[in-house]
Amino acid sequence: MTERSLRGKVAIAGIGETTYYKHGQSPDAEFKLALQAILNACHDAGIDPREVDGFASYGDDRSDGPRLAAALGIRELRFSNMHWGGGGGGVAAAVANAGAAVQSGMANCVIAFRSLAQGQFARYGRSRTGAAAMGDDAFLAPYGLMSPAQRFAMKITRFMTEHGIRHEALRAIAMASYHHAQNNPNAVMRGRPLSEEKYESSRWIIEPFHRLFDCCQENDGAGAVLVVPADRAKDLPQKPVYLLGAAQGGHHRSAAPVHNAPDYASAHFKTVAKNMWDMAKLGPKDCDVVQAYENFTGGVLLSLVEHGFVDPKTANEELVLENLLVSGGRMPMNTSGGNLAECYMHGLEMVNEAVRQLRGTAINQVPGADVVAVLGGPMVTPVSSLVVGTEATL
Amino acid sequence: MSKPYLPDGLPVPNQDSIALPYWQGTRAGKLVIQKCGGCGKHQWGPEWVCHRCHSFDLGWAEVAPRGRIYSWQRPYHPVHGALTDHGPYLIVLVELPGADGIRMVGNLLGDPMQEVRIGAEVEAVFEPHDTADPPYTLVQWRMLG
Ligand SMILES: [Zn+2]
Repeated sequence: MTERSLRGKVAIAGIGETTYYKHGQSPDAEFKLALQAILNACHDAGIDPREVDGFASYGDDRSDGPRLAAALGIRELRFSNMHWGGGGGGVAAAVANAGAAVQSGMANCVIAFRSLAQGQFARYGRSRTGAAAMGDDAFLAPYGLMSPAQRFAMKITRFMTEHGIRHEALRAIAMASYHHAQNNPNAVMRGRPLSEEKYESSRWIIEPFHRLFDCCQENDGAGAVLVVPADRAKDLPQKPVYLLGAAQGGHHRSAAPVHNAPDYASAHFKTVAKNMWDMAKLGPKDCDVVQAYENFTGGVLLSLVEHGFVDPKTANEELVLENLLVSGGRMPMNTSGGNLAECYMHGLEMVNEAVRQLRGTAINQVPGADVVAVLGGPMVTPVSSLVVGTEATL
Repeated sequence: MSKPYLPDGLPVPNQDSIALPYWQGTRAGKLVIQKCGGCGKHQWGPEWVCHRCHSFDLGWAEVAPRGRIYSWQRPYHPVHGALTDHGPYLIVLVELPGADGIRMVGNLLGDPMQEVRIGAEVEAVFEPHDTADPPYTLVQWRMLG
């Protein structure tokens, strides 16, 4: 029986992004941003945009595939896919869904993308007023539990208390993203470095583990990747970046209502990470770079632990700034600035950065990078992650 | 009547039909939780099916209004207009050993700056909102002893 796997079967042939803007600052409509990123990805891949025949996205992206296909004059739409779940939990899943469509023959040339001009719609960190709380929210909102930070905070409290992990570990995660962003001309936090003092004196969003700099901002922009069969990628201008493993989902009842997931203090990657590594036939030690989605730094800690990058017993020693930097770090992380400091593009910007690292064209390049892991948005459900590599890893 | 823990103006819980026995219980000062007629286990929040045995025969049972703190947070940032300038408050996740370990979210009454310890014993306090339309009662928690 042939093995069912995406390993090495599909490749990212092009990446595209827009200028990244602070929340509400985009001069362009969200849908126009999506179009720009998609056209940039096609141009990067040397493929006529009319040849694209599928779109995959996540997080309830408002720029739907059929509308994009019409706007771009796509000849034939063969795959139109929205991954369930909010935020960036689906970033790797969208790329994997594009890959699955291509590998199964349902489509030939699929864009995975995210477009976000949150300022044109409603803010995440603030709840709408006046409405009655329905469903799960009836048991949460009357107690003042409404924002994403609040939905996840008690997972982090429990995990860090249980394992005696100190807030300095989270500080290092935030500082690594800000550090790498300082060289990146498209990073929204370029020119705004983060020192220990600045972190420590920032205001509390939530005690005990969420200072201002532990929380992502909101931004405007779009990012896109173009996924094609591996054979096709070889004939295109860019160095192919192969999908080695990908998985999505969540462990047993991770979406249980009102904070009743049996394994609660988790980013929900426990089964997903295992499935991803199994497909890739690789493990955390094989990765040269890791891109770990920061909605909140505590979520990054949980992601890193559940993917095997960090042992909770030694997290205080491992999660120090020097270890996370491109220059000399043992585990270079969020090398373009990540969600915190490049742009909160729901992790799509991290897929683009993974591709640049493997092409050897990143601004903060890890020399000779062959394998990069992208850990999608943690603590939501479903979550997803992927690992990509150069031809040498096939 | 004592003041509610959080200011007026926060979202009012919709008393969905699936959860009605819970809301009726709280008005009577009782903690009433969904309990499966098939396997006898509790589950929370309310569901249409038992996640253990798939029975649709879901009833309701009064449980001991006591638990222990499973986790906690102290929000500062106002996430709702009603909380502007209110200052920090405490949210706790409480595990109920007397009801198969189900967990409930509520506020921890008392000083918002009090030290909170995971594992600490707490008891339910019923907080009526009698002037709301329709009236409802929230389940809050306070330290035992
Ligand atoms: Zn049952």
